[in-house]
Amino acid sequence: MHLPEYFLLFAAMGLVTYVPRWLPLLYLAHRRLPQWLIDWLSLIPVAILSALLAPILLTHAEPRTLDITQPELLVAVPTFLIAWKTKSLGGTVIAGMLFYWLAGLLL
Amino acid sequence: MKNDNPQYQPVQDTSLQDKVRKGFGAAWPICLGYFPIGLALGVLAQQAEIPVWAVGMMSILVFAGSAQFICVAMLASGASVTSIILTTFVVNLRHALMSSALAVHLQGVNRWFLSVFAYGITDESFAVNMTRFNNDDWSRWSALSVNHLANTVWIISTITGTVIGQFIPQGAFGIDYALSAMFICLLVYQLHSMFFVATACIAAAIAVAWYLLIPGDSYIVGASMSAATIGFLIKRRTRGSHASS
Repeated sequence: MHLPEYFLLFAAMGLVTYVPRWLPLLYLAHRRLPQWLIDWLSLIPVAILSALLAPILLTHAEPRTLDITQPELLVAVPTFLIAWKTKSLGGTVIAGMLFYWLAGLLL
Repeated sequence: MKNDNPQYQPVQDTSLQDKVRKGFGAAWPICLGYFPIGLALGVLAQQAEIPVWAVGMMSILVFAGSAQFICVAMLASGASVTSIILTTFVVNLRHALMSSALAVHLQGVNRWFLSVFAYGITDESFAVNMTRFNNDDWSRWSALSVNHLANTVWIISTITGTVIGQFIPQGAFGIDYALSAMFICLLVYQLHSMFFVATACIAAAIAVAWYLLIPGDSYIVGASMSAATIGFLIKRRTRGSHASS
């Protein structure tokens, strides 16, 4: 592939990525949102975070299987406790990396 | 609830600078997590013989980690352009949900700002910004700074990965766990009450089952929308509020 083909491909990919990020924001930011929608949307962050995280911790990719013995889950326990106790994002990230690194050395 | 007036933006350089600095302060865990992923993407792109300028162009035009990985893999396997574009669309559709949730905190903000902001909505920036919007007085300029610093680091790390990625040892210092640890902490921040804990548990259970049973990435949108709806219904029923509200 050459420059024009790459450009057209990435521009099209960019467009289909941008529009779903842009339209709801543009539309909903200028509407009076009903209370039920605000209440429902307030649960979206916790639900998305959990939905992103759970398969990383609890499953094995390719082939997709349930695996509750992997270091990702083991390391998540102390990382969760650090987050809970310190409420520090930076501290949790550093601690999580450290635990994961140690788990890699020990296991 | 705060409300930035879109018509009269205060022209106070110092305060805007402070807001940007605050944003940068919040963005560094994302950057730390993006770096190894960006490097890995660059390495794969280099193996697929995609030139470095094309990798940079892709990171600027698309800015979506998982879709870019899929694109590189599909290019390497000779997939058609149409199928790559369609896959990108489906994989990134989840951001429509995040965009909707962010709209609650960007009410009445002018459309130019929203159009620039929308470009930087990713799983990671969404999670960081939503937490901040909920917990403290978080300015939209700080939020925009988070998006753009993360974007800059992403572009640089993908290009770096293409050029020198194969010389960097894999998994050094547990850096591969940076984003997972960040998600764990942001999840903890979100556990405001029993309803949020219940929603998190339901989302985790549905996501794992969905992930195992259905190929692709639909589990993210499917599990989060179902769990939010169940959590919402539990909350409404427990409060005994009138369904007519």
